[in-house]
Amino acid sequence: MILSRLAARPLLLVAGLFLALALPWMIYPPVALDIACWALFAAALDLLLGFTGLLSFGHAAFWGGAAYVSSLIALHTGLPFPVAVLGGAVFAAALALPIGYLSVRLRGIYFAMVTLAFAQMVYFVVNQWRDLTGGENGLQGVPRELLGLDLSDSFVFYYAGLPLVLIGFVAVWRIVRSPFGRVLVSIRDNPARAQALGYPVQRYKLLAFVLSAGLSGLAGGLFAIGHGFASLETVYWTTSGQAVMMVVLGGIGTLWGGAIGAALVVELNDYLVTAGFEGIGIVTGTIFVLVVLVFRRGIWGTARHLLEARSGGNRPGEPTHGDTPDGTPARSRGVGSPA
Amino acid sequence: MLQQAFNGLVGGAFYALLALGLAVIFGMLGVVNFAHGAFYMLGAFASYVLLDSFGVNFWVALVVVPVVLGLAGAVLERLFIRRLAPLDPLYNFLFTFGLALILQDLVKREYGVQSQPYPRPDLLSGTVDLGLFGYPAYQVFVLAVSVVVCAAVWVVLTRTRVGMIVRAATERPELTRALGIDVARWVTPVFGFGIALAGLAGVLAAPMRAVNPLMGADLIITVFAVVVIGGLGSIFGSVTAGFAIGLISALGNLYVPALSQTLVFILMAAVLLWRPAGLFGREEALS
Repeated sequence: MILSRLAARPLLLVAGLFLALALPWMIYPPVALDIACWALFAAALDLLLGFTGLLSFGHAAFWGGAAYVSSLIALHTGLPFPVAVLGGAVFAAALALPIGYLSVRLRGIYFAMVTLAFAQMVYFVVNQWRDLTGGENGLQGVPRELLGLDLSDSFVFYYAGLPLVLIGFVAVWRIVRSPFGRVLVSIRDNPARAQALGYPVQRYKLLAFVLSAGLSGLAGGLFAIGHGFASLETVYWTTSGQAVMMVVLGGIGTLWGGAIGAALVVELNDYLVTAGFEGIGIVTGTIFVLVVLVFRRGIWGTARHLLEARSGGNRPGEPTHGDTPDGTPARSRGVGSPA
Repeated sequence: MLQQAFNGLVGGAFYALLALGLAVIFGMLGVVNFAHGAFYMLGAFASYVLLDSFGVNFWVALVVVPVVLGLAGAVLERLFIRRLAPLDPLYNFLFTFGLALILQDLVKREYGVQSQPYPRPDLLSGTVDLGLFGYPAYQVFVLAVSVVVCAAVWVVLTRTRVGMIVRAATERPELTRALGIDVARWVTPVFGFGIALAGLAGVLAAPMRAVNPLMGADLIITVFAVVVIGGLGSIFGSVTAGFAIGLISALGNLYVPALSQTLVFILMAAVLLWRPAGLFGREEALS
């Protein structure tokens, strides 16, 4: 049992990497890039929701804000696209500093409301600042430049952009596995105790918020450059909701589950749009409602739960994620806290 | 300027009605209802459909629509909200978010995104002389209804036995239950009542605002900011902040038009900096 477990981890990693490399061969390349970007976005959001216990409903501000800033950099300076994307990520992290500073003082549901409200403010600013952002038209004709190479082909651009996504994933993984990440989990599970142990809880939360925003910005910037435009939709509240949905569908606190959730949601959206279906919200909303009602562990969380049930219990020291599908009260604790 | 102030109060009337419904539901159930905006939109659409397809006039809609939506809310609470209540409140927030998406896109699919016309009722089509200026009678009516409803809820909460139970259950649910009061009995009616208030606001909005599927979502996020400013968990604070924010936004619009949409969020940031629990809020919101 233990041997198979030790082998499973690198095997999964290799399989995931292979899948990431093979994706544009299997599906329409622009959709493959969408999946990669949303997967990183979901993982960055899970860093906050699953590992710090904070539900941000305003991450569209960081994803969309970075989309606009990256596009502006690429449009006006002609710098190589990775620089533009990184610029967007830095902007997102900087934007998260004041928003996070004001929001992390509130807990639970209040935090969700306040982040949602701040994101809406960013949306209104982007919408009104027409000279810079193009208002409802967004920014169009964003170039994809890298040292004179022609990256206009989506298939080629996927491989040019993939390293940025992988760097983002490694960063999330490192953060979660670091001592800093352990403190975050302890704050999620018992903030009072973490405080009593001498950790400055608010500062840890703020740092987690800024890191999550920066990584979301990395994903959002690449998303905009990959499409060649930044649209108003990237900063709209539905974008925040969609990212949350991917995390919940994949499994809160599972990190990789978000990628699966992203792949499913992006594919589904693409299918519905291609089929000419009006009212995607009916389908995504129904999935959202069903997952919340009967499938709270999510896909990855359920798979892990089944595996652990078969191998007889949890490994010591590993947090058990997924909130009480059997209905055990878990009030006043974070969403990702153990059942 | 006085006229602009009056516009602000009328805008605040909608904030106050929606914030009141949100606050009552939150107080009793601990649920932040994201679908509140969707029910407001449904209220407006229901009165449009009633008039357009069945010839039912505004006055009937004003009574029927909130009652029907309130009953729908009660059913919703019984079937779903209740099941999620023992879990982290975030799950109900996510549930109502999904519900809002469904309702919004169902209406969008049926009627499209363009705004539907709704005439003012004949009785209120004129203007009222307010001394210094004439003002549309319908807007005066909206303001009056909102003030009367908010005041009535206040009287019920502070002067009647039902209000006492609701307030006690809001403050200390366990203790109230221990005193032999059946708190659970009041949960469903209170939820339905909150939804009915959203429906009422929707009916009132139909003749003066664009009736379209997206009218609720953007408004409700602004109302969240209003509730945060007024004080999380404070019914009085939510209503007061509703009228105050309406007034301040309208006056702000007069002097700094560029800030018309963002002013409420700037105010929210200022309040969070100064009093994180909101103007009338309790400290329990803080981490």
